[in-house]
Amino acid sequence: MEQFFAALTLSAGYNTALVCIGAALLGAASGAIGVFVLLRKRTLISDAVSHATLPGVALAFIIAQVYFDSGRSLPVLLFGAALSAGIGVLAVDWIKTHTRLTEDAAIGTVLSTFFAVGMVLLTIIQSMSIAGQAGLEGFLLGATSGMLKSEALTISVAAALVGLAVVLRMKEFSLLCFDESFAAACGYNVRWLDRTLLLLLLGIVVIGLKTVGLVLIIALAIIPPVAARFWTDRVPVLVAIAAGIGASGSYIGAALSASAPNMPTGGLIVLVLFSFFVVSLLISPVRGILAAALKHYRFQRIVHLRQGLLAIAHDEPVLEPLTRSILRRGGFMGGDGQPTVKGQSEARLIERDQKLWNLYREMHPEESHALADWSLKPIGEVLPADTVRVLEQELSPHVVRGGETSKGGAV
Amino acid sequence: MDIFLQFDLPSILLGSLAALACGLLGNFLVLRKQALMGDAISHVVLPGIVIGFLFTHETSSWAMMLGAGGAAIFAVLLIELIRRIGNVEPGAAMGVVFTTMFAAGVVILEQTGTAGVHLDVEHALYGNLESAIWLDAYSLSDLWNWQVLMTLPESIKQLFVVNMLVIVFIVLFFKELKISSFDPLLSASLGFSPKWLGLSLIVMVAIAAVAAFTAVGSILVIAMFICPAATARMLTDNLKVQLFISGIASLSAGLFGYLLAAFGPGLLGYEFSVSAAGMIAVVAGLQQVLAMLFAPQYGVVMRRRRQRAHASV
Repeated sequence: MEQFFAALTLSAGYNTALVCIGAALLGAASGAIGVFVLLRKRTLISDAVSHATLPGVALAFIIAQVYFDSGRSLPVLLFGAALSAGIGVLAVDWIKTHTRLTEDAAIGTVLSTFFAVGMVLLTIIQSMSIAGQAGLEGFLLGATSGMLKSEALTISVAAALVGLAVVLRMKEFSLLCFDESFAAACGYNVRWLDRTLLLLLLGIVVIGLKTVGLVLIIALAIIPPVAARFWTDRVPVLVAIAAGIGASGSYIGAALSASAPNMPTGGLIVLVLFSFFVVSLLISPVRGILAAALKHYRFQRIVHLRQGLLAIAHDEPVLEPLTRSILRRGGFMGGDGQPTVKGQSEARLIERDQKLWNLYREMHPEESHALADWSLKPIGEVLPADTVRVLEQELSPHVVRGGETSKGGAV
Repeated sequence: MDIFLQFDLPSILLGSLAALACGLLGNFLVLRKQALMGDAISHVVLPGIVIGFLFTHETSSWAMMLGAGGAAIFAVLLIELIRRIGNVEPGAAMGVVFTTMFAAGVVILEQTGTAGVHLDVEHALYGNLESAIWLDAYSLSDLWNWQVLMTLPESIKQLFVVNMLVIVFIVLFFKELKISSFDPLLSASLGFSPKWLGLSLIVMVAIAAVAAFTAVGSILVIAMFICPAATARMLTDNLKVQLFISGIASLSAGLFGYLLAAFGPGLLGYEFSVSAAGMIAVVAGLQQVLAMLFAPQYGVVMRRRRQRAHASV
């Protein structure tokens, strides 16, 4: 626990601090880019991207080892990863556009075949019996414990650059996500924008390989945006929240894994991110479960109150227990189940309101159908005053004829 | 000969049976645009397997199967829950659930110290195809000897049972699966619920994935759910023919993949063998590439040639 706080406050050694900051930057950048991937409904393409990095990593290792004797050089491995992931993305696109197979089948094909090629290459590397191949296993699940200072720096800088690129291209990307044809009409090259988005995603996946590992890196691009989506409907805010969730989740996860032995960094980061997701799902005021339950409760109350008062107005007995308790709490019904004076007068008003609503539905069926809160609120709160006056005249012409002025005042 | 029987044949059997079980069910996943469900399920079974292992401390036990099946069903329900309650897009909901459950599996594995001793994550990804051995076999006639056959590795027998289950499931519900895959509305109006059928399909997928997973690793499982079915889909429009082709494609991938992995490097003059599970998946992928290019009706090359012929007329 002590060590966790030490890591959290960046006082557990220079390397740990660097790893944590690197992870936070990585989480921020991937959260930001993930927003657009989510909005374009192409979340699972990142799965193909991440798995497709493996053959590149393995091949780069073999080539670097055989020709330059420096297989563990991180930039070389990452370059190989980026190259094969790029080929993977193009392959998904090709299958989707040129064959009758759908995108999900294309993604599945690419991710499994590329990963399998990588596996075969890894077994070749194992049989080559070279020193230093142990580092490659770290790419699967991420290993920050043995990370060099220069590696951590590379990761931080690259993540920051990708994050910056996303922020600079935010307008174009939002356009691409919400209205592709409008973007095209505005003169943007949609195809190229799409490629840029995937390229940035690819960049994040490659950068994150070493920290989170290729199986779990996609969680960094999926979970923060999904969690952030619960809090807002505006793109810039969404990007900011997703980046914040990604950064803090990755930071806490990295600190946790630094605080004890046998704590896989990638796994912990994903679990922390998931807990953020669960919290958002539960308590977000916009789309959270609690907010929805509260809304449902209020709606239920309104319906029961109205129906109960209508029953009183029609001299019908109220038997539904929930309706009775709501009426009693509002002071519309006494303990004996008989309506109070207040209840009687309120019932009269509601009855009249309901008659007006019914009339409105008869006269303007289309409009009333389009209204969301038809007959839930008093009609005067929903419809304009002149419409209500016409309805009232329709409802009781002789009364209006008699007391024109007083009636007008009441409305 | 006895070396082949004792070491190569069990691995070929294991790989091919795993491929067949997944490949057949994959047809329906591909048709229903649920191909990535196979991907998700092969990831989420990890925590189930780890927990099952922690209870019994035996690999390839029924507790592991049970844990994995439970994890798969739990994941499906969780995906559905997040999709409904949170109003989250299906792909994203799947992504959230399967990465989280895989992460949980990894953390439990490392924390309980099981890692490296009996189980490890690399194992879960790559499988352990080469470890299947059948030491009681000495000659070809043993293949007809019931008593010797019963000494086949436990995982092969499990997969055999699972294959039977899959085939029975497909034969029994062929009509329902077909209609609900192509036209869920018609299926609902004819009176069989596409929801229940979808769920039972997923349960079958989970069973096949789990049985194959412990033997051949998650990557081969994903490849087998998708590649043979996609290959067959390129070649035909008839579902029965498609099922048949995908079965052949799975078996041939299992056979040739293993042979290539075990003897390919030797033929090139190297003294090692490469990952059999990986090679099987690669062969399945290659088959699909061939089908996508050269399928008589839907292949890219053939279509282009037809277009050119059409244009010149």
